Amino acid sequence: MKYVDEFRDGTLACGLARAIAAEVRPSRDYHLMEFCGGHTHAVSRYGIQDLLPPNVRLIHGPGCPVCVLPIGRIDSAIALAQEHDVILCTYGDVLRVPASERRSLLQAKAAGADVRMVYSSLDALRIAQETPDREVVFFAIGFETTTPPTAAAVRQAKALGLKNFTAFCNHVLTPAAIRGILDSTAPEGTGRAKGARLDGIIGPSHVSTVIGSRPYEFVAEQYQRPVVIAGFEPLDVMQSILMLIRQINAGRAEVENEFTRAVNRDGNHKAQTLVAEVFDLRPAFEWRGLGVIPYSALCINAAYGDFDTERRFPIPYRAVADHKGCECGAILRGVKKPQDCRLFGTACIPENPVGSCMVSSEGACAAHYTYGRYRDYRDAGPTRKAVND
Amino acid sequence: MDDTRKRSYLRPLDWRQGRVDMTHGSGGRASAQLVEELFLRAFDNDWLRSLNDQACFLVSSGRMVAATDSHVVSPLFFPGGDIGCLSVHGTINDVAMAGAKPLYLTAGFILEEGFPLSDLRRIVDSMAAAAREADVAVIAGDTKVVEQGKGDGVFITTTGIGVVPEGVHISGDRARPGDRILLSGTIGDHGVAIMSLREDLRFGTTVASDTAALHGLVATMVEMVPDIHCLRDPTRGGLATTLNEIAQQSGVGMRIREAPIPVLSQVKAACEFLGLDPLYVANEGKLVAICPPEVAERLLAVMRAHPLGADAAIIGEVVDDNHHFVEMETAFGGWRMVDWLTGEQLPRIC
Repeated sequence: MKYVDEFRDGTLACGLARAIAAEVRPSRDYHLMEFCGGHTHAVSRYGIQDLLPPNVRLIHGPGCPVCVLPIGRIDSAIALAQEHDVILCTYGDVLRVPASERRSLLQAKAAGADVRMVYSSLDALRIAQETPDREVVFFAIGFETTTPPTAAAVRQAKALGLKNFTAFCNHVLTPAAIRGILDSTAPEGTGRAKGARLDGIIGPSHVSTVIGSRPYEFVAEQYQRPVVIAGFEPLDVMQSILMLIRQINAGRAEVENEFTRAVNRDGNHKAQTLVAEVFDLRPAFEWRGLGVIPYSALCINAAYGDFDTERRFPIPYRAVADHKGCECGAILRGVKKPQDCRLFGTACIPENPVGSCMVSSEGACAAHYTYGRYRDYRDAGPTRKAVND
Repeated sequence: MDDTRKRSYLRPLDWRQGRVDMTHGSGGRASAQLVEELFLRAFDNDWLRSLNDQACFLVSSGRMVAATDSHVVSPLFFPGGDIGCLSVHGTINDVAMAGAKPLYLTAGFILEEGFPLSDLRRIVDSMAAAAREADVAVIAGDTKVVEQGKGDGVFITTTGIGVVPEGVHISGDRARPGDRILLSGTIGDHGVAIMSLREDLRFGTTVASDTAALHGLVATMVEMVPDIHCLRDPTRGGLATTLNEIAQQSGVGMRIREAPIPVLSQVKAACEFLGLDPLYVANEGKLVAICPPEVAERLLAVMRAHPLGADAAIIGEVVDDNHHFVEMETAFGGWRMVDWLTGEQLPRIC
């Protein structure tokens, strides 16, 4: 397939694997976090770990939209569908995210709530136009990639004068989450949650097409960690790993861009303008696994307040703790690996997820379960130690 | 047809404007008219003409096989086929995967009130053509009608009866470490053809369903290489599901390679933007064969010589593994598992 196969070429991968092996210093470890679930998925699906030296460790980051959605917000969505009789539209993965008391939107749907899976925010808008006598709520989630489409739907709803369409905004911001992760890597004794040791970050792919590479510069400047923005294809990931290792070896901490075919420093101005027109920063937002992070999410602004679900319906927010045995929090911070969780593969499997990381194919646990768990039985050698030992 | 009986009808079925109504399933005169003017005409054979509630047939010597399959595909008509021929191919293939020669089919129809008779005739004609082409007689059937909104046009359940040739023992629990895994052709065609028509997806593609009766291919395979251990058609859940099923049934593992698995570029493209993995997308005219290593090349040659196996490939081998994992060397050079399908990729594709 044109423009895709070229980025999955096994021969080129072999060459990059050799270059990485030549660059890596055997005397040290390299702890690299791929922030995005898209990268996690590519790493697992193409078996990239097999092409890396054992001292290059990939740590799965929190960049999976459904993984970081706190239980309380799903509870709110279920309440909207069940108590306010709305047509609740959302993206497919969200339906299976476990809420409190082991409920989910999928179960609410089976019990009679009108929950519909859509492929785009505009599908939800169409449903609102087709059913003027029903309230339609678009349960909007995601990082900066899915924010502009939500903004577009809200703006169009206003232009059309729709009275029955609102968006339940759960959009979150990548740079804030990266800061949250890096802050959690502070040394022990600073009172912060223990985080993973990170030597470099494989930067977001699609998110960066919207926001550009500039918003990551604080990582290099304030935290002295290198960032390489990478596409989601496996060769992109390999190339970015090589670039990170070169920076680390040279003692550099810069924001580099491997994904030049789609990302520039300033991003997509049109999308940014659209987002700024419809959304405001939220002073605080709870992230599953990372806790409350200030200014890390968006809400619909006053000008578009008529299209804000949170203004139209009384939906009190109640923070809900994860299942006691669930390690999603530590996994999202990169402190633990999926297989370190005692629920992994037993009580928690993709068909019956306990934690959010087991839901989406981009979640660290689902990716390891689906693509990698055979490794846990194969190579129990010294290279299989926990990430942060 | 009996002229005196036909005269007693109020008027013949209106194939242009007419619709299925509740009386067509009542067992009364309207039901009889539908049977006569539609099903009898299309499937015409002595069993049906006898108008009994059952069909009597001679039992051949040897092992017989039976398989049943319900078809609820949406949409009913799709590039490369429709629910009619699919309901014939699907069951014939299930029978054939025992290495059997399919002989007879029965068909149960659940029709929704209001369904256009013209569409129903198109479907039944397509079934009849598929059965004729496969040299399999539809010898018994049933029709029920449900109220509008309680069905989705047409559901068809078919049951197939076949006979297994002497010396053929094919079963999903016979895969042994060292056996080779063969695939008859491109994967994902049917699923992508169906998805391209779905209301909420709707994309332009030239991919047609691969729906086909595989018993001819199977007949030459078992004739030339009787020692085939397993045969299965990777329908719902795709190739990945079939391999996992066999691994589980046989208590073995599998190691396959991604590179030789044939996938049409249009199917790859559609899967790419829908976020699907072709390994999990349905097929309706492909089979997986597992055989001892020493006959694998010969079986491959036999498959490739048949039009329905022209793109056949050896894709991997059976290994000893207590966990029954299916592992795959990716075209990229790494390894990963090919797990059971989680959830549902897309409902009602067959």
